[in-house]
Amino acid sequence: MPWIRACEADDIDAEDVIRFDYNDHTYALYRSPDDQYFATDGLCTHENVHLCDGLVMDNIIECPKHNGRFDYTTGAARGAPACIALKTYNVKVEGNFVMIEID
Amino acid sequence: MAGSKGMVIAGGGISAVSAANALRDEGWSGAITLISDEPHTPYDRPPLSKSFVTDAGASVPYLTDQLALADRKIGFIQSTAIIEIDRQRSCVKLSDGQHIFYEKLLIATGARPRRLTLPGSDCSRVRYLRTVDDSRAIGQQLLPGAHMIVIGGGFIGLELASSARKRGASVTLIESLPRILSRGVPLEIAQVVASRHELEGVNILCSALVSEIVNDTDTISVRLADGQTIAGDLVVAGIGSVPETGLAVAAGLAVENGICVDAHMQTSDPDIYAAGDCVSFPLASHGDMRVRLESWRNAQDQGALAAVNMLGQCRTYDAIPWFWSDQYDLSLQITGLHSGQDRPIRRDLGNGAFIVFHLDQKGCLTSASGIGVGNAVARDIRLAEMLIARGVHPPEEQLVDGKMSLKALLKAAAVCPDLSIAASKD
Repeated sequence: MPWIRACEADDIDAEDVIRFDYNDHTYALYRSPDDQYFATDGLCTHENVHLCDGLVMDNIIECPKHNGRFDYTTGAARGAPACIALKTYNVKVEGNFVMIEID
Repeated sequence: MAGSKGMVIAGGGISAVSAANALRDEGWSGAITLISDEPHTPYDRPPLSKSFVTDAGASVPYLTDQLALADRKIGFIQSTAIIEIDRQRSCVKLSDGQHIFYEKLLIATGARPRRLTLPGSDCSRVRYLRTVDDSRAIGQQLLPGAHMIVIGGGFIGLELASSARKRGASVTLIESLPRILSRGVPLEIAQVVASRHELEGVNILCSALVSEIVNDTDTISVRLADGQTIAGDLVVAGIGSVPETGLAVAAGLAVENGICVDAHMQTSDPDIYAAGDCVSFPLASHGDMRVRLESWRNAQDQGALAAVNMLGQCRTYDAIPWFWSDQYDLSLQITGLHSGQDRPIRRDLGNGAFIVFHLDQKGCLTSASGIGVGNAVARDIRLAEMLIARGVHPPEEQLVDGKMSLKALLKAAAVCPDLSIAASKD
Protein backbone atom coordinates (compact mmCIF):
# COMPACT_ATOMS: atom_id res chain seq x y z
CA MET A 1 0.00 0.00 0.00
CA PRO A 2 1.64 3.24 -1.05
CA TRP A 3 2.11 6.16 1.30
CA ILE A 4 1.11 9.45 -0.33
CA ARG A 5 2.15 12.90 0.81
CA ALA A 6 -1.23 14.58 1.39
CA CYS A 7 -0.52 18.01 2.88
CA GLU A 8 1.60 19.93 5.30
CA ALA A 9 0.88 19.49 8.98
CA ASP A 10 -0.18 23.12 9.34
CA ASP A 11 -2.65 22.90 6.46
CA ILE A 12 -5.21 21.52 8.91
CA ASP A 13 -6.22 23.48 12.00
CA ALA A 14 -6.55 21.61 15.26
CA GLU A 15 -10.02 20.04 15.57
CA ASP A 16 -10.69 20.49 11.87
CA VAL A 17 -10.89 18.67 8.56
CA ILE A 18 -9.76 19.23 4.97
CA ARG A 19 -10.47 17.50 1.69
CA PHE A 20 -7.74 15.57 -0.16
CA ASP A 21 -8.30 14.18 -3.64
CA TYR A 22 -6.05 11.55 -5.18
CA ASN A 23 -6.61 9.31 -8.22
CA ASP A 24 -10.32 10.10 -8.55
CA HIS A 25 -10.90 9.34 -4.90
CA THR A 26 -11.72 11.88 -2.24
CA TYR A 27 -10.46 11.61 1.31
CA ALA A 28 -11.01 13.65 4.46
CA LEU A 29 -7.96 14.43 6.61
CA TYR A 30 -8.45 15.37 10.25
CA ARG A 31 -6.36 16.93 12.97
CA SER A 32 -7.70 16.15 16.42
CA PRO A 33 -7.74 18.66 19.30
CA ASP A 34 -4.55 17.00 20.61
CA ASP A 35 -2.80 17.29 17.23
CA GLN A 36 -3.08 13.73 16.03
CA TYR A 37 -3.88 13.14 12.36
CA PHE A 38 -6.49 10.81 10.89
CA ALA A 39 -7.98 10.03 7.47
CA THR A 40 -11.28 8.63 6.24
CA ASP A 41 -13.12 8.42 2.96
CA GLY A 42 -14.17 11.94 2.03
CA LEU A 43 -17.84 11.30 1.35
CA CYS A 44 -20.56 10.60 3.89
CA THR A 45 -21.84 7.02 3.68
CA HIS A 46 -25.41 8.34 3.79
CA GLU A 47 -25.70 10.54 0.70
CA ASN A 48 -22.22 11.13 -0.74
CA VAL A 49 -21.78 14.60 0.70
CA HIS A 50 -18.26 15.98 1.19
CA LEU A 51 -17.40 15.70 4.86
CA CYS A 52 -14.79 18.46 4.58
CA ASP A 53 -17.63 21.01 4.91
CA GLY A 54 -18.75 19.38 8.15
CA LEU A 55 -18.07 20.27 11.74
CA VAL A 56 -15.37 18.56 13.81
CA MET A 57 -15.93 18.48 17.55
CA ASP A 58 -13.51 16.33 19.56
CA ASN A 59 -13.33 12.97 17.77
CA ILE A 60 -16.59 13.43 15.87
CA ILE A 61 -17.12 14.63 12.30
CA GLU A 62 -20.65 15.66 11.47
CA CYS A 63 -21.92 15.60 7.89
CA PRO A 64 -22.91 19.10 6.71
CA LYS A 65 -26.08 17.86 5.02
CA HIS A 66 -28.05 15.76 7.45
CA ASN A 67 -25.81 15.83 10.54
CA GLY A 68 -24.95 12.13 10.39
CA ARG A 69 -22.03 11.60 12.79
CA PHE A 70 -18.89 9.52 12.66
CA ASP A 71 -15.95 8.96 14.96
CA TYR A 72 -13.19 9.88 12.52
CA THR A 73 -10.56 8.05 14.59
CA THR A 74 -12.30 4.70 13.99
CA GLY A 75 -14.79 5.45 11.19
CA ALA A 76 -17.69 4.21 13.34
CA ALA A 77 -21.12 5.69 12.65
CA ARG A 78 -22.22 7.56 15.77
CA GLY A 79 -25.53 9.17 14.95
CA ALA A 80 -28.51 8.96 12.58
CA PRO A 81 -28.93 9.06 9.67
CA ALA A 82 -25.41 7.67 9.32
CA CYS A 83 -25.43 3.93 9.91
CA ILE A 84 -22.61 2.62 7.71
CA ALA A 85 -19.07 3.15 9.00
CA LEU A 86 -16.58 5.33 7.15
CA LYS A 87 -13.49 3.61 5.77
CA THR A 88 -10.39 4.83 7.56
CA TYR A 89 -6.78 5.04 6.36
CA ASN A 90 -3.46 4.97 8.15
CA VAL A 91 -1.83 8.35 8.57
CA LYS A 92 1.64 9.37 9.75
CA VAL A 93 3.51 12.65 9.98
CA GLU A 94 6.96 12.71 8.41
CA GLY A 95 8.86 15.90 8.93
CA ASN A 96 6.30 18.56 8.19
CA PHE A 97 4.16 16.35 5.94
CA VAL A 98 1.02 14.37 6.58
CA MET A 99 1.23 11.01 4.79
CA ILE A 100 -1.75 8.78 4.05
CA GLU A 101 -1.57 5.08 3.19
CA ILE A 102 -4.02 4.41 0.37
CA ASP A 103 -5.25 1.14 -1.14
CA MET B 1 -41.85 -10.52 27.88
CA ALA B 2 -43.70 -8.64 25.19
CA GLY B 3 -46.94 -10.55 25.50
CA SER B 4 -49.20 -10.66 22.47
CA LYS B 5 -49.28 -6.92 21.99
CA GLY B 6 -46.57 -5.11 20.12
CA MET B 7 -45.52 -1.66 19.17
CA VAL B 8 -47.59 -0.25 16.33
CA ILE B 9 -46.42 2.67 14.20
CA ALA B 10 -48.77 4.49 11.86
CA GLY B 11 -46.87 5.99 8.92
CA GLY B 12 -44.17 5.14 6.43
CA GLY B 13 -41.85 8.13 6.48
CA ILE B 14 -38.62 9.06 8.22
CA SER B 15 -40.26 9.49 11.62
CA ALA B 16 -41.88 6.06 11.51
CA VAL B 17 -38.74 4.28 10.33
CA SER B 18 -36.56 6.12 12.78
CA ALA B 19 -38.90 5.05 15.59
CA ALA B 20 -38.96 1.41 14.47
CA ASN B 21 -35.17 1.28 14.35
CA ALA B 22 -34.85 3.01 17.71
CA LEU B 23 -37.21 0.47 19.32
CA ARG B 24 -34.93 -2.35 18.17
CA ASP B 25 -31.76 -0.45 19.05
CA GLU B 26 -33.12 0.06 22.56
CA GLY B 27 -33.71 -3.65 22.96
CA TRP B 28 -37.44 -4.08 22.39
CA SER B 29 -37.81 -7.73 21.36
CA GLY B 30 -41.58 -7.83 20.88
CA ALA B 31 -43.48 -7.22 17.69
CA ILE B 32 -43.12 -3.96 15.76
CA THR B 33 -45.63 -3.22 13.02
CA LEU B 34 -45.32 -0.31 10.62
CA ILE B 35 -48.53 0.51 8.78
CA SER B 36 -48.47 2.72 5.68
CA ASP B 37 -51.27 3.55 3.30
CA GLU B 38 -48.76 3.97 0.49
CA PRO B 39 -47.92 1.14 -1.93
CA HIS B 40 -44.18 1.50 -1.21
CA THR B 41 -41.57 0.44 1.28
CA PRO B 42 -40.73 3.50 3.42
CA TYR B 43 -38.82 6.14 1.49
CA ASP B 44 -37.23 9.51 2.04
CA ARG B 45 -39.21 12.55 0.92
CA PRO B 46 -36.62 15.34 0.53
CA PRO B 47 -35.36 14.07 -2.87
CA LEU B 48 -38.90 14.08 -4.31
CA SER B 49 -38.71 17.78 -5.19
CA LYS B 50 -35.02 17.59 -6.14
CA SER B 51 -32.90 14.73 -7.50
CA PHE B 52 -35.77 12.27 -7.88
CA VAL B 53 -37.91 14.58 -9.99
CA THR B 54 -35.03 15.76 -12.19
CA ASP B 55 -33.84 12.28 -13.07
CA ALA B 56 -36.42 10.22 -14.95
CA GLY B 57 -34.43 7.04 -14.27
CA ALA B 58 -33.84 7.66 -10.57
CA SER B 59 -34.64 4.82 -8.22
CA VAL B 60 -37.00 5.44 -5.31
CA PRO B 61 -35.02 6.85 -2.35
CA TYR B 62 -35.95 4.01 -0.01
CA LEU B 63 -35.15 4.42 3.67
CA THR B 64 -34.98 0.69 4.10
CA ASP B 65 -35.83 -2.49 2.21
CA GLN B 66 -37.74 -5.70 2.82
CA LEU B 67 -34.57 -7.58 3.74
CA ALA B 68 -33.52 -5.03 6.34
CA LEU B 69 -37.05 -4.93 7.75
CA ALA B 70 -37.16 -8.73 7.94
CA ASP B 71 -33.71 -8.83 9.48
CA ARG B 72 -34.84 -6.51 12.26
CA LYS B 73 -38.18 -8.33 12.55
CA ILE B 74 -40.09 -5.15 11.73
CA GLY B 75 -43.46 -6.04 10.26
CA PHE B 76 -44.54 -3.79 7.41
CA ILE B 77 -48.08 -3.50 6.13
CA GLN B 78 -48.36 -1.35 3.00
CA SER B 79 -51.26 -0.02 0.91
CA THR B 80 -53.42 -0.23 4.00
CA ALA B 81 -55.04 2.60 5.88
CA ILE B 82 -55.77 2.66 9.57
CA ILE B 83 -59.46 3.49 9.74
CA GLU B 84 -59.85 3.74 13.49
CA ILE B 85 -57.94 3.76 16.75
CA ASP B 86 -59.92 1.83 19.37
CA ARG B 87 -58.49 3.17 22.62
CA GLN B 88 -60.73 0.98 24.79
CA ARG B 89 -59.31 -2.21 23.32
CA SER B 90 -55.87 -0.76 22.47
CA CYS B 91 -56.07 -1.71 18.84
CA VAL B 92 -56.07 -0.19 15.38
CA LYS B 93 -58.60 -1.27 12.77
CA LEU B 94 -57.25 -1.50 9.23
CA SER B 95 -58.97 -0.95 5.90
CA ASP B 96 -58.58 -4.68 5.12
CA GLY B 97 -60.56 -5.62 8.24
CA GLN B 98 -57.57 -6.61 10.39
CA HIS B 99 -57.30 -5.54 14.01
CA ILE B 100 -53.81 -5.00 15.41
CA PHE B 101 -53.44 -4.67 19.16
CA TYR B 102 -50.84 -2.35 20.55
CA GLU B 103 -48.82 -2.05 23.73
CA LYS B 104 -48.01 1.51 22.62
CA LEU B 105 -49.03 3.25 19.42
CA LEU B 106 -47.02 5.90 17.58
CA ILE B 107 -48.81 8.17 15.12
CA ALA B 108 -46.31 9.42 12.54
CA THR B 109 -48.66 10.16 9.69
CA GLY B 110 -47.05 13.42 8.60
CA ALA B 111 -48.87 16.15 6.73
CA ARG B 112 -50.71 16.35 3.43
CA PRO B 113 -50.51 19.21 0.93
CA ARG B 114 -53.06 21.94 1.45
CA ARG B 115 -55.38 21.96 -1.55
CA LEU B 116 -56.57 24.88 -3.61
CA THR B 117 -60.22 25.75 -3.25
CA LEU B 118 -60.72 27.83 -6.36
CA PRO B 119 -63.11 27.51 -9.29
CA GLY B 120 -61.63 24.80 -11.51
CA SER B 121 -58.99 23.68 -9.03
CA ASP B 122 -60.68 20.39 -8.17
CA CYS B 123 -59.17 18.66 -11.15
CA SER B 124 -56.57 15.92 -11.47
CA ARG B 125 -54.37 18.13 -13.63
CA VAL B 126 -53.67 20.39 -10.68
CA ARG B 127 -50.86 18.55 -8.97
CA TYR B 128 -49.49 18.47 -5.43
CA LEU B 129 -46.29 16.94 -4.14
CA ARG B 130 -46.32 14.54 -1.25
CA THR B 131 -45.59 11.03 -2.47
CA VAL B 132 -43.16 9.31 -4.80
CA ASP B 133 -46.04 8.81 -7.22
CA ASP B 134 -46.83 12.54 -7.16
CA SER B 135 -43.18 13.26 -7.91
CA ARG B 136 -43.11 10.76 -10.79
CA ALA B 137 -46.27 12.22 -12.30
CA ILE B 138 -44.84 15.74 -12.16
CA GLY B 139 -41.48 14.55 -13.49
CA GLN B 140 -43.10 12.91 -16.50
CA GLN B 141 -44.52 16.28 -17.50
CA LEU B 142 -41.32 18.26 -17.01
CA LEU B 143 -40.20 17.81 -20.59
CA PRO B 144 -37.99 20.33 -22.38
CA GLY B 145 -40.22 23.13 -23.58
CA ALA B 146 -43.08 22.31 -21.24
CA HIS B 147 -44.42 25.13 -19.12
CA MET B 148 -45.02 24.50 -15.44
CA ILE B 149 -47.07 26.97 -13.41
CA VAL B 150 -46.27 26.85 -9.71
CA ILE B 151 -48.74 28.31 -7.25
CA GLY B 152 -46.96 29.23 -4.03
CA GLY B 153 -43.49 30.66 -3.42
CA GLY B 154 -42.53 28.35 -0.58
CA PHE B 155 -39.86 25.65 -0.49
CA ILE B 156 -41.76 22.96 -2.39
CA GLY B 157 -42.64 25.32 -5.24
CA LEU B 158 -39.16 26.81 -5.45
CA GLU B 159 -37.39 23.45 -5.34
CA LEU B 160 -39.70 22.17 -8.07
CA ALA B 161 -39.00 25.31 -10.11
CA SER B 162 -35.27 24.65 -9.82
CA SER B 163 -35.77 21.02 -10.83
CA ALA B 164 -37.96 22.01 -13.79
CA ARG B 165 -35.27 24.36 -15.11
CA LYS B 166 -32.75 21.51 -14.91
CA ARG B 167 -35.11 19.49 -17.10
CA GLY B 168 -35.46 22.34 -19.59
CA ALA B 169 -39.06 23.17 -18.74
CA SER B 170 -40.06 26.81 -18.33
CA VAL B 171 -41.60 28.00 -15.09
CA THR B 172 -43.97 30.71 -13.92
CA LEU B 173 -44.23 30.93 -10.14
CA ILE B 174 -47.16 32.77 -8.57
CA GLU B 175 -46.96 34.06 -5.01
CA SER B 176 -49.85 35.86 -3.35
CA LEU B 177 -47.66 37.80 -0.87
CA PRO B 178 -45.25 40.62 -1.81
CA ARG B 179 -42.26 38.26 -1.69
CA ILE B 180 -41.37 34.58 -1.80
CA LEU B 181 -40.42 32.64 1.34
CA SER B 182 -42.16 35.09 3.62
CA ARG B 183 -42.68 32.49 6.32
CA GLY B 184 -39.56 32.34 8.48
CA VAL B 185 -36.93 33.26 5.87
CA PRO B 186 -35.16 36.64 6.23
CA LEU B 187 -35.76 39.08 3.38
CA GLU B 188 -32.10 39.23 2.34
CA ILE B 189 -31.98 35.49 1.86
CA ALA B 190 -35.29 35.36 0.02
CA GLN B 191 -33.90 38.02 -2.32
CA VAL B 192 -30.88 35.85 -3.14
CA VAL B 193 -33.19 32.93 -3.89
CA ALA B 194 -35.51 35.08 -6.02
CA SER B 195 -32.63 36.61 -8.00
CA ARG B 196 -31.16 33.23 -8.71
CA HIS B 197 -34.48 31.88 -9.97
CA GLU B 198 -34.90 34.94 -12.21
CA LEU B 199 -31.35 34.47 -13.52
CA GLU B 200 -32.29 30.88 -14.38
CA GLY B 201 -35.32 32.15 -16.30
CA VAL B 202 -38.10 31.53 -13.80
CA ASN B 203 -40.85 34.12 -14.08
CA ILE B 204 -41.81 35.04 -10.49
CA LEU B 205 -45.04 36.97 -9.98
CA CYS B 206 -45.48 38.31 -6.44
CA SER B 207 -48.61 39.91 -4.95
CA ALA B 208 -50.52 37.88 -7.52
CA LEU B 209 -53.81 36.29 -6.54
CA VAL B 210 -55.12 33.29 -8.45
CA SER B 211 -58.85 33.52 -9.08
CA GLU B 212 -59.54 30.47 -11.23
CA ILE B 213 -58.03 27.40 -12.88
CA VAL B 214 -59.21 26.90 -16.45
CA ASN B 215 -58.96 23.47 -18.05
CA ASP B 216 -58.85 23.25 -21.83
CA THR B 217 -58.20 20.19 -23.92
CA ASP B 218 -54.49 20.80 -24.38
CA THR B 219 -53.62 23.37 -21.78
CA ILE B 220 -54.38 24.32 -18.25
CA SER B 221 -54.49 28.01 -17.42
CA VAL B 222 -54.33 30.06 -14.30
CA ARG B 223 -56.42 33.21 -14.22
CA LEU B 224 -55.23 35.96 -11.90
CA ALA B 225 -57.36 38.46 -10.03
CA ASP B 226 -56.00 41.27 -12.23
CA GLY B 227 -57.46 39.52 -15.29
CA GLN B 228 -54.18 38.12 -16.63
CA THR B 229 -54.32 34.51 -17.84
CA ILE B 230 -51.25 32.25 -17.86
CA ALA B 231 -51.40 29.08 -19.91
CA GLY B 232 -49.25 26.07 -19.14
CA ASP B 233 -48.91 22.32 -19.42
CA LEU B 234 -49.17 21.60 -15.73
CA VAL B 235 -50.04 23.42 -12.55
CA VAL B 236 -48.44 22.45 -9.26
CA ALA B 237 -49.65 23.96 -6.00
CA GLY B 238 -47.29 24.23 -3.05
CA ILE B 239 -49.35 26.28 -0.63
CA GLY B 240 -48.50 24.66 2.65
CA SER B 241 -49.47 21.48 4.39
CA VAL B 242 -52.11 20.23 6.76
CA PRO B 243 -51.23 17.81 9.57
CA GLU B 244 -52.78 14.35 9.27
CA THR B 245 -54.80 14.38 12.45
CA GLY B 246 -57.99 12.63 11.35
CA LEU B 247 -57.38 9.43 13.32
CA ALA B 248 -56.40 11.37 16.43
CA VAL B 249 -59.47 13.61 16.26
CA ALA B 250 -61.77 10.63 15.78
CA ALA B 251 -60.13 8.90 18.74
CA GLY B 252 -60.73 11.95 20.93
CA LEU B 253 -57.07 12.88 21.40
CA ALA B 254 -56.19 16.52 22.01
CA VAL B 255 -55.47 18.25 18.69
CA GLU B 256 -54.38 21.85 18.17
CA ASN B 257 -52.55 22.64 14.92
CA GLY B 258 -51.42 19.01 14.95
CA ILE B 259 -51.78 16.22 17.46
CA CYS B 260 -50.88 17.71 20.85
CA VAL B 261 -47.93 16.00 22.47
CA ASP B 262 -45.92 16.91 25.53
CA ALA B 263 -42.13 17.19 25.55
CA HIS B 264 -41.96 13.38 25.70
CA MET B 265 -44.00 13.00 22.48
CA GLN B 266 -46.88 11.56 24.48
CA THR B 267 -50.42 12.46 23.43
CA SER B 268 -53.33 12.98 25.80
CA ASP B 269 -53.58 9.16 25.92
CA PRO B 270 -50.54 7.75 27.76
CA ASP B 271 -50.45 4.70 25.47
CA ILE B 272 -50.34 6.80 22.30
CA TYR B 273 -47.37 8.83 21.11
CA ALA B 274 -47.05 11.01 18.03
CA ALA B 275 -44.07 12.49 16.19
CA GLY B 276 -43.04 14.52 13.15
CA ASP B 277 -45.01 16.82 10.89
CA CYS B 278 -48.36 15.73 12.37
CA VAL B 279 -47.72 17.01 15.90
CA SER B 280 -47.63 20.29 17.78
CA PHE B 281 -45.21 20.23 20.69
CA PRO B 282 -43.74 22.62 23.27
CA LEU B 283 -40.52 24.11 21.90
CA ALA B 284 -38.16 24.08 24.87
CA SER B 285 -35.76 26.68 23.46
CA HIS B 286 -38.61 29.17 23.02
CA GLY B 287 -40.38 29.09 26.37
CA ASP B 288 -42.38 25.97 25.50
CA MET B 289 -44.24 27.81 22.77
CA ARG B 290 -46.42 25.23 21.00
CA VAL B 291 -45.21 24.76 17.41
CA ARG B 292 -45.62 22.36 14.53
CA LEU B 293 -42.55 21.89 12.34
CA GLU B 294 -42.32 20.54 8.82
CA SER B 295 -38.76 19.39 8.93
CA TRP B 296 -36.95 16.18 8.12
CA ARG B 297 -34.59 16.19 11.07
CA ASN B 298 -37.37 17.08 13.48
CA ALA B 299 -39.36 14.10 12.19
CA GLN B 300 -36.39 11.78 12.48
CA ASP B 301 -35.41 12.89 15.97
CA GLN B 302 -38.92 12.99 17.38
CA GLY B 303 -39.62 9.49 16.06
CA ALA B 304 -36.50 8.13 17.75
CA LEU B 305 -37.24 9.93 20.99
CA ALA B 306 -40.86 8.78 21.05
CA ALA B 307 -39.66 5.19 20.61
CA VAL B 308 -37.38 5.41 23.62
CA ASN B 309 -40.19 6.83 25.74
CA MET B 310 -42.62 4.16 24.50
CA LEU B 311 -40.26 1.73 26.22
CA GLY B 312 -40.71 3.47 29.55
CA GLN B 313 -38.05 6.15 29.55
CA CYS B 314 -38.87 9.81 30.03
CA ARG B 315 -36.61 11.73 27.68
CA THR B 316 -37.42 15.30 26.78
CA TYR B 317 -37.34 16.68 23.27
CA ASP B 318 -35.25 19.83 23.44
CA ALA B 319 -33.77 20.06 19.95
CA ILE B 320 -33.43 23.36 18.12
CA PRO B 321 -35.40 23.49 14.84
CA TRP B 322 -33.24 22.94 11.78
CA PHE B 323 -34.17 22.94 8.14
CA TRP B 324 -32.51 22.94 4.73
CA SER B 325 -33.45 23.53 1.10
CA ASP B 326 -31.40 22.96 -2.06
CA GLN B 327 -32.09 24.97 -5.23
CA TYR B 328 -29.68 24.96 -8.18
CA ASP B 329 -26.22 24.85 -6.58
CA LEU B 330 -27.44 26.93 -3.62
CA SER B 331 -28.12 25.47 -0.24
CA LEU B 332 -30.12 27.29 2.40
CA GLN B 333 -30.11 26.28 6.05
CA ILE B 334 -32.09 27.70 8.94
CA THR B 335 -31.82 26.89 12.62
CA GLY B 336 -33.83 28.28 15.50
CA LEU B 337 -36.94 30.39 15.30
CA HIS B 338 -37.14 34.17 15.40
CA SER B 339 -39.99 36.57 15.96
CA GLY B 340 -40.73 39.82 14.15
CA GLN B 341 -39.20 41.81 17.00
CA ASP B 342 -35.81 40.11 16.79
CA ARG B 343 -32.96 42.10 15.31
CA PRO B 344 -31.11 40.79 12.21
CA ILE B 345 -27.30 40.82 11.98
CA ARG B 346 -25.43 39.77 8.87
CA ARG B 347 -22.23 37.69 8.69
CA ASP B 348 -20.51 37.36 5.31
CA LEU B 349 -18.51 34.22 4.60
CA GLY B 350 -17.07 34.99 1.15
CA ASN B 351 -18.13 33.82 -2.32
CA GLY B 352 -21.55 35.35 -1.74
CA ALA B 353 -22.35 33.05 1.16
CA PHE B 354 -23.79 34.75 4.23
CA ILE B 355 -25.74 34.20 7.40
CA VAL B 356 -28.44 36.33 8.99
CA PHE B 357 -28.55 35.92 12.76
CA HIS B 358 -31.46 37.10 14.84
CA LEU B 359 -31.02 38.36 18.39
CA ASP B 360 -33.89 39.00 20.77
CA GLN B 361 -34.21 42.14 22.86
CA LYS B 362 -31.92 40.68 25.53
CA GLY B 363 -29.23 39.95 22.94
CA CYS B 364 -29.82 36.22 22.99
CA LEU B 365 -29.35 34.36 19.70
CA THR B 366 -32.72 33.03 18.46
CA SER B 367 -32.07 31.96 14.88
CA ALA B 368 -29.49 31.74 12.11
CA SER B 369 -30.40 31.56 8.43
CA GLY B 370 -27.70 31.05 5.81
CA ILE B 371 -27.35 30.67 2.08
CA GLY B 372 -24.42 29.85 -0.16
CA VAL B 373 -23.12 27.54 -2.83
CA GLY B 374 -22.87 23.91 -1.75
CA ASN B 375 -22.41 23.48 1.97
CA ALA B 376 -20.73 26.85 2.53
CA VAL B 377 -22.94 27.80 5.47
CA ALA B 378 -23.42 24.35 7.01
CA ARG B 379 -20.69 24.50 9.63
CA ASP B 380 -21.61 27.94 10.96
CA ILE B 381 -25.30 27.08 11.03
CA ARG B 382 -24.54 23.96 13.05
CA LEU B 383 -22.45 25.98 15.48
CA ALA B 384 -25.20 28.62 15.67
CA GLU B 385 -27.63 25.83 16.56
CA MET B 386 -25.42 24.89 19.50
CA LEU B 387 -25.09 28.53 20.53
CA ILE B 388 -28.89 28.85 20.51
CA ALA B 389 -29.23 25.64 22.51
CA ARG B 390 -26.94 27.07 25.18
CA GLY B 391 -28.80 30.37 25.32
CA VAL B 392 -25.64 32.29 24.46
CA HIS B 393 -25.60 36.10 24.19
CA PRO B 394 -22.82 36.41 21.61
CA PRO B 395 -20.83 39.63 21.11
CA GLU B 396 -22.19 41.20 17.93
CA GLU B 397 -18.78 42.10 16.53
CA GLN B 398 -17.84 38.43 16.56
CA LEU B 399 -21.01 37.35 14.81
CA VAL B 400 -20.55 39.95 12.09
CA ASP B 401 -16.93 39.04 11.36
CA GLY B 402 -16.92 36.00 9.08
CA LYS B 403 -13.32 35.29 10.02
CA MET B 404 -14.09 34.99 13.72
CA SER B 405 -14.71 31.36 14.54
CA LEU B 406 -18.12 30.53 15.96
CA LYS B 407 -16.53 27.46 17.45
CA ALA B 408 -14.30 29.67 19.57
CA LEU B 409 -17.41 31.55 20.66
CA LEU B 410 -19.08 28.31 21.62
CA LYS B 411 -16.06 27.18 23.60
CA ALA B 412 -15.90 30.50 25.36
CA ALA B 413 -19.50 30.02 26.46
CA ALA B 414 -19.90 28.95 30.04
CA VAL B 415 -20.67 25.33 29.36
CA CYS B 416 -18.05 23.35 27.51
CA PRO B 417 -19.60 21.91 24.35
CA ASP B 418 -19.23 18.23 23.78
CA LEU B 419 -20.62 16.74 20.60
CA SER B 420 -19.54 13.27 21.65
CA ILE B 421 -22.00 13.38 24.54
CA ALA B 422 -24.77 14.36 22.13
CA ALA B 423 -23.72 11.56 19.79
CA SER B 424 -23.74 8.86 22.45
CA LYS B 425 -27.32 9.70 23.38
CA ASP B 426 -28.55 8.88 19.88
